[in-house]
Amino acid sequence: MRKTYTIFTLLVLVALALAACGTAAPAPSGGDTVTVVETVVVEVTSSAPVVVAPTGYGVTLKAVQERGKLVCGVNSQVPGFGYVDANGNFAGIDVDYCRALAAAIFGDASKVEFRPVTAAERFTALQSGEIDILSRNTTWSLVRDTELGGNFVHTTFYDGQGMMVPKDSGFTTLKDLDGGTICVQTGTTTELNLADVMAAEGVSYTPAVFEDADSTFAAYAEGRCDAVTTDKSGLVSRRSVLPDPAAHVIMDVTMSKEPLGPMVRHGDDQWFDIAQWTVFTLFSGEEFGLTSANVDDMRASATAPEVRRLLGLEGDLGLKLGLTNDWAYNIIKLVGNYEEIYNRNLGPDTPTYIPRGYNSLYTDGGLLYAPPFR
Amino acid sequence: MQRDAQPQQTTIPFWRDERALKVLGQIIFVIIVLIIGALIFHNMRVGLAKQGITLSYSFFKNVSGFDIAETAFPYDRNSTYWQAFLIGLVNTVTVGSVGIVFSTILGVILGVARLSTNFIINRLAAFYLELIRNLSLLVFLIFWYLGVFLKLPRVQNAVIWPGDIILTNRGVGIPWGIPTASFPTFRLILLFGLILALIVFFALRAYSQRTGRAPLTLLWSILTLIVVGALGWLLLPEKPLIFDLPFVKGLNLSGGKILTPEFMALTSGLVLYTAAFIGEVVRAGIQSVSKGQSEAARALGLNGFQTLRLIVFPQALRVIIPPLTSQYLNLVKNSSLAIAVGYPDVFYVSNTIQNQTGRAVEMISLVMLTYLSISLLTSVLMNWYNQRIKLVER
Repeated sequence: MRKTYTIFTLLVLVALALAACGTAAPAPSGGDTVTVVETVVVEVTSSAPVVVAPTGYGVTLKAVQERGKLVCGVNSQVPGFGYVDANGNFAGIDVDYCRALAAAIFGDASKVEFRPVTAAERFTALQSGEIDILSRNTTWSLVRDTELGGNFVHTTFYDGQGMMVPKDSGFTTLKDLDGGTICVQTGTTTELNLADVMAAEGVSYTPAVFEDADSTFAAYAEGRCDAVTTDKSGLVSRRSVLPDPAAHVIMDVTMSKEPLGPMVRHGDDQWFDIAQWTVFTLFSGEEFGLTSANVDDMRASATAPEVRRLLGLEGDLGLKLGLTNDWAYNIIKLVGNYEEIYNRNLGPDTPTYIPRGYNSLYTDGGLLYAPPFR
Repeated sequence: MQRDAQPQQTTIPFWRDERALKVLGQIIFVIIVLIIGALIFHNMRVGLAKQGITLSYSFFKNVSGFDIAETAFPYDRNSTYWQAFLIGLVNTVTVGSVGIVFSTILGVILGVARLSTNFIINRLAAFYLELIRNLSLLVFLIFWYLGVFLKLPRVQNAVIWPGDIILTNRGVGIPWGIPTASFPTFRLILLFGLILALIVFFALRAYSQRTGRAPLTLLWSILTLIVVGALGWLLLPEKPLIFDLPFVKGLNLSGGKILTPEFMALTSGLVLYTAAFIGEVVRAGIQSVSKGQSEAARALGLNGFQTLRLIVFPQALRVIIPPLTSQYLNLVKNSSLAIAVGYPDVFYVSNTIQNQTGRAVEMISLVMLTYLSISLLTSVLMNWYNQRIKLVER
């Protein structure tokens, strides 16, 4: 017997260490089941390279350039943000951000591998170096900025948590949900906000917690819960794929601030800068009126100094980031500015239409504001 | 000449002594494994340190901030991560024990039915075993969750079965006892009944060993317990338990005991699945007892039931227990698939904790340790039982 236990102990030790060491093995955390499901979705099934999480100034860009493609952790279940469309292509504003980053680095928006990660496994995937950047409607919070070993780049979508109920229930306030059951996804700030807000309002409820967005909304559609909660953008987007979208309403309550944006690993400031100024390029592109359609003309005729600097006609801003000088031009040319990305995924012509609200330029009364390009 | 050769053999150098080499080989192997383990562990520590992450379990005393649906003891968002973990652990143990009990009962029935001479029973059991054993458990669980328990009628159209069982897609409500003031006394009476039952058990066994007769030892002791319990129930001035019936209240079920769809899907899936395997184990065990044994028993004048109880079953048990242990272990480990149906077992809760705190290594190692402990405990108990019933060779 004693021998058996020794072997057990050794096995446990080895297994633990294997699970934890920073290889590109599938994130050790998330439910195995879900990982399997999502692997099916991925079209890019390149053999997992042995990546040791790069840390230190400049290592990430170098690793990405040597690999020849960017590995971007995205959502695959939220239309408008990160989704696999009918043709099997990834689409959404978070996905387009990854394309913009790839355009900045390679001058080719297609040099990006999208890796779907669940809410629960996303931070581990980023920490371990399995992905270079996490762009998966992730809320910026202090714990995530510190303990989870990441840095939020910038908010790309200002959101707030909402609550969706069936129309015929007649519920309009959170108090109406007293004694009810609420579907929520695990591993999210939503789960925590729900507990906070309900405790503050003195409303008692039972959570029904699920592993991913699909099962959360499937259970809601079956009537398992009286309400379902997530970011308002997520509610709009998921409502569009419910069996009968018109039968559900989003309550007029905002339960929290949810600034969503991409996240990078601690320890590589150059990579952080590249990711951040890619966001600012998208904002400034809209501010300066640069679109994928007119950027070539603008490059030929632009006279405003800041536009010329942005497009790499003056100065060497791109080189300072460790990129080529036409990095911003490539972003606008190949992916578009913020407005184009927004309208493509969340605009009035899409099933996931969300009015721009806070997500307008500061000049239009919104919160999008880029520092000067100089 | 041979006499001269013998003393030389005792001075074989150790590198040619097979016994010494074997021990040496073992030692070298252990050292290699330890070195590899240490290297991997070191690699992990360095990798995490580079990102400013240190291993620590101190976060366990922090406020968790999330709610859990099924809590065995009071828990809310102000409770700590450690309490959340314990909730998960209790839920896992609950599912494991309920699952083991029911799958054993169903499995034995299936195993016996599989050997029945009645054509229909035999074929039905065979069909069930073959069907279930060849399904994937995950698919099976999701079927039970999405296909059965969530498809039950909504609360407004609840189905009420005789015995006040309410079926809805919010859960299954069953009547449940609520202890009253006299419950502690009743518990004492039950304890007394248990002691009495044990006395009856040992007395009957002594009687059986003395006379060679075979009374139904277990049956009589259980009867004793039941009679004492019933007397206590009737004689106490206040009923020790009042039966609380479930009813529909607003959005949800209330009263009685509400079994959530997640719990129902997980346990029914696990029970029906594991029972199929246990059925095969039981069938194999019974078939392993040679026909001569029952023929001899019949020749000695034992009737059919006695033959099964006294001759066949005790011998079959020796074959059944070791594979049965594996099935129990499988059931407990498979319960971690709870994550697929949203039941907050220890793996699920740990996953949430890990995600909210970012403590992947700590939580995964703890979960592994937890399953290891539960499994080792189960297998120690089963080994002890196996030791007791195994053939005593003289």
